Formats: sequence, C-alpha cells, structure tokens
Amino acid sequence: MIWQYALRRLVASIPVLFGILLVTFALARLIPGDPCRAILGEKATQEVCDRFIREHGLDRPIPVQFGIYIKEVLRGEFGSSIRYGLPITRLLIERLPTTIELSLAALLVSILVGIPLGVISAVRHNSWVDVLTMLWANIGVSMPVFWLGLILAYIFSLLLKDTPFWLPPSGRLSAGMISTPFYEVWEWSLPESGFLPIAAKFLSNLHILNALLTRNWALLKDAIQHLILPALALGTIPMALIARMTRSSMLDVLGQDYVRTARAKGLPQSIVVLKHAFRNSLLPITTVIGLSLGSLLGGAVLTETIFGFSGVGRTLYDAITARDYGIVQAFTVVIAIFFVIINLLVDISYAYLDPRIRLD
Amino acid sequence: MTATSTSLDAEGLSLRSVSLWHITWRRLFRRRSAIVGMVILGILSLIALTAQWIAPYDPYQVLIGVEPVQRREKPCIHLLGCPKDKPQHIMGIDGNVRDQFSRILYGARLSLIIGFATVTFAIVIGTVLGAVAGYFGGWLDNLIMRVMDVLLAFPALLLAIAIVTVLGPGLINALIAIGIVSIPAYARVVRASVLSVREMDYVSASRSLGGNTFHILFRRILPNALTPLIVQGTLGIASAILDAAALSFLGLGAQPPTPEWGSMLGAERNQIFSAPHLVFFPGLAIMLTVLGFNLLGDGLRDALDPRLAHVSG
Repeated sequence: MIWQYALRRLVASIPVLFGILLVTFALARLIPGDPCRAILGEKATQEVCDRFIREHGLDRPIPVQFGIYIKEVLRGEFGSSIRYGLPITRLLIERLPTTIELSLAALLVSILVGIPLGVISAVRHNSWVDVLTMLWANIGVSMPVFWLGLILAYIFSLLLKDTPFWLPPSGRLSAGMISTPFYEVWEWSLPESGFLPIAAKFLSNLHILNALLTRNWALLKDAIQHLILPALALGTIPMALIARMTRSSMLDVLGQDYVRTARAKGLPQSIVVLKHAFRNSLLPITTVIGLSLGSLLGGAVLTETIFGFSGVGRTLYDAITARDYGIVQAFTVVIAIFFVIINLLVDISYAYLDPRIRLD
Repeated sequence: MTATSTSLDAEGLSLRSVSLWHITWRRLFRRRSAIVGMVILGILSLIALTAQWIAPYDPYQVLIGVEPVQRREKPCIHLLGCPKDKPQHIMGIDGNVRDQFSRILYGARLSLIIGFATVTFAIVIGTVLGAVAGYFGGWLDNLIMRVMDVLLAFPALLLAIAIVTVLGPGLINALIAIGIVSIPAYARVVRASVLSVREMDYVSASRSLGGNTFHILFRRILPNALTPLIVQGTLGIASAILDAAALSFLGLGAQPPTPEWGSMLGAERNQIFSAPHLVFFPGLAIMLTVLGFNLLGDGLRDALDPRLAHVSG
C-alpha cells in the first residue's frame, strides 16, 4: 500500500521536475548578453564562442536546445566553471556535503529544541514557560538569519573569548586540521572513474561522518565546534515554527475525549502525553518540518556566506556576484531537484504516520 | 456564519447593528499579541511618515568636517554619560561617517513600502490567476496550478536570487523577484475560496439572472476570498520584508547609499567585531518590523477564524 502511494507521488512529481528544468532553462536563456560570453566570460574569442555554440547546440531551434539541456542535466554534465576552471559536477560533489551537513545539523537543533519546548508549553498551558516559549517563538520567526548569525559570532567568538564557551566564528575546520578521507585511511584502492569514487569522495566531505568513520576524535570535536553557531543561526526559524506547531497541535489533541479517557484510566501523565497525545500530533509537526526544509536551503546561502562555509549556498552567491552563470544554473537545478525529493519523502512519511492519506 | 451569530448572541449584541468587521476588531483587541503587533506597526508607520522631521541628520549627509566624529564611532548618548561637548549619535556613526540613527529612521519608510508593494503585486496577480483557475477549471486550472507548483518547488529565497540574477541587481528588481516568488501562495488561497463557493445556489442564481462572468467572479465570488487573503497578506508582508532585507544584504537588492536596513547591515558585516552597533541596530529594526506584522497576522487569523469564535482572549 505505502509503496503504491510512494510510486504515485513519484509519478506526480515528474511534471514539476520538468517544470523546474524549463524554468532554469528559460532563466539561463533570459540572462542578458550572449550565452557563450555569459558562461565563458567576456574575453572569450569568436573562435572559442563558435565552438561553444556548436558543442551546446545553441544554433539549433529552442525545443532542440531544451532537449539537449535535459540530456545534459540527466547525465550530470553541467559544463565547466569559468571562475574555478573546474567541472561544475566536481564542484557540486565537493560542496554539496557542506550544505547537507549544515542543514541536517540545523534541522537536528530545531527538532531537538523545538518539539520539547512545544510539548512543555502545551502541557503547562498559560504558565510562564508557555508565555516565554511563545514569545521566543514569535521573535525567532522574525529574526533575519544573517543578523542572528553575526550576533552569535560576536557573542561566542568575541565576548566569550578565553572561556570554555568560545566557538570559532568561521570555517568548517581550524587551520591545520586536516580531514583525511576514510578511503585513504582504510587504504582502499578506488577505481579511476565511475560512481564509486564519486560516492566515496562525497561521503568523505561530510566531515563529521568522516571523523566518525576514521575514529579521529580531534577532528570530530573541531568539526562539531565549527558547526554549532551556523546550525543555531540556521535552525532558529524552523525551531520556532516547530515549537509553535507542536504546541498548538498538542493543545488540540490534549483536549480530546480519548486523552481524558486515558487519564481517567489512571495512566501517568508522562504516558498520556508521550504515547497518546504526542503521536497523534506528529502529523502537523511533520508538515512544518517538511516546509522548513525549504527555508533551510534558502537560509544556507546566507549562513554559509556569514560563516565562511564553502557550501552550495556560498558558491552560488559567489557565482552570482562573479556572473558565473554555468554554476548558477546547475546549482539552482540541483537544489530544486533536492527540494522536490525532500518534499516527496515528507509526503510519504505522512502516509506512514496517517494511513488514511494512502487511500486519498 | 452560524458560528458568528452564536458568538453575537453570547456577547449579547444585536444582530443587525454589528458587522463582521466590527466583531473582528473587537476580537483583535482582546488578543495581547495582536495589540503588541499593532503598537509596533503604529510606531513604525509614524516614524516612516515623519522621518524627515524627527531624524536629527540627513541620512545621506557625510559628517566629515561638519562634526568632530570618527568613522564607525560608538553610540554617544548624553543621558548615558556621554560627554555633553560631543555631538549625540544614539546609534553611532557608520562606515561613511553618517548618523546611523537617522538612516534607521528613514529605513522604516523603505521597509514598509517594500512590504506593501511586493505583497500588493503578488496579491493582484495571484488573485487573478487563482480566480481564473478556480472558476473556469479544466485545462486552464491545471496549467496555472502546475506552474504554481513549479514556483513552489524552489526554495523561495533561492528563486528570488535566480530571478534577480536575470533582471540585474537593484531594489525594484528585488521587489519584482520576491513578488513573483510569493504569487503561488495567494493563487492557492483564492482558488480554494472560489472552488468552495462556485457551485453554491447564490452563484447559480446570479448566473441565471444573466450576470456576466466578470461580475459574478468579482462581485459574488471573490469577496469570499477576502478574509484568508488579508491574513495571508499580513504574514506575507513579514516574509517579504525579511527576504528583501536578505537580498539587499547579499548586495542584490537596495544599493548603497540607500538607507535600507538589509543593505546597511550587509555593508558593515565585516565590522561585526570592531563596530557591532552597525550590525546590531539595522538587524533589530528588521526584526521588530517583521515581528509586528507576524503578531498582527496571527491575531487576524485567530480573530477572523469562525471556528475560534467562542474562544476569547
């Protein structure tokens, strides 16, 4: 049943994926100036441009060009970046893990803090805990991510200097700290090309995972220390949203008859709250978590810029200022596709949490 | 509507003399958070309207040679013990030796204009698209809503960034980008309202009386979408201001020397350790403004929700 539902949702997201390709294709074609010089730089010679136009089929009719574009995206061929002189696919493999690590850390912070806060303020409705939580939640959703990031850096890197609470203001690792990829530590011999080396490289760029795999505790501590402030900055808005939604859906459920029955049976408060009420308020919470993921990916651009993380967001921002359109197009497509996949997973998890949805 | 009338009975009011708006106002004034929101926005609007009289300096005036002040000087407040012989700058001096307080005051004007302009743009286009999709249905509905789905498939800020890349940086282009990104939310709200009343008797009656499509759509159907649109719009202003500030912070929106909060913050962000006041105050201003709209939007949602009619406070 759930697989059928998952398959149906997957098929339904194909038009959206097609639309994303169409939008990014259109955006790239709408960029002022000719595409060759937009992608290869102003100084590209006529010869180079002629070859570029032929190679990418830019002299063909628009629908054919779109077909070529789809084929290139499906194969993961995004061309090269003028700024870095590297294939864009390689840049993605290097930088996507940074963003994934940051987003997951932020999500973790927001769930681990947001849900308990919401549950407590629902159970202690109208108490000072509730009032403070809701005040904080309202302020949290109103804070600009970039401002919060800078203020956190100011507090933890400058004001708390020389205390145990000091945290580094930028970068993913301290200077001199090297993350040796796990496959080198384990002395694997990876093939030159194909999927395996790409996957291994991708995973080794997730510093925390790599530190755990190689049991490098100094690296683990360093990576986590560098991740705390950005994760706090990026996680605050979703944290506030999650706390608010948890509170209101718990309040809803706690007022229902079956909860009163559970209490009347003499069950202890903790069981009533966690087993009876919480499970049924999970659905709206999942929705908010799913919706937050979009703001996480958007906020990553700002957070990475502030904390000097060279992730997807920062690279995209640099590419925009440098007018490196190849990267802008490729990264936007990849992030949007990522976003669609995440939404798909959220939808499927609904069906898991609430069997009625599968019948829809 | 039954819920509304029960609440009227409960409040002991006569049915004829009280409109829905009146009830909404009364309910709004009973919510602490909505009042806080309205107070914040009231003060902000006052500042925006009177900026040229209450600002101690011209927001663009460079004070080199005018006053004995240094670049990025810390705030000097006479009441807090700053020597009387020094000129008072309660939010300090910025990187171009201008009075930051005056710039913050003028920024209120800009932020409110940004919020209202983008949301108006998005509401107008979103309403037309949503109404057409909901009323006519069929392939047109499918086409419009699939396009909206695609727009929603991008993280909002990212799509706005991509659009500004195409249009070129600047405040107007940033507003257009944020406006485009927020269209789907309004289109969905309007479509849902249209669908819910399209087949009702009073609409059929209007149709059989020979009312033209335009008349039915705009006079008979769309007023039903007003309530959710107001709530969505108020909350939408909050996120539009936040996104516009983010674009300006990244250098894609308002350009210096415009006294826009996001761009002021972006210009001085590397000075966070040496001159934190230049980052702190613009961000605080953004936060308070967004908070005001969020609180008011939440309050309006509760006040306009007939299901909550019996809940007071």
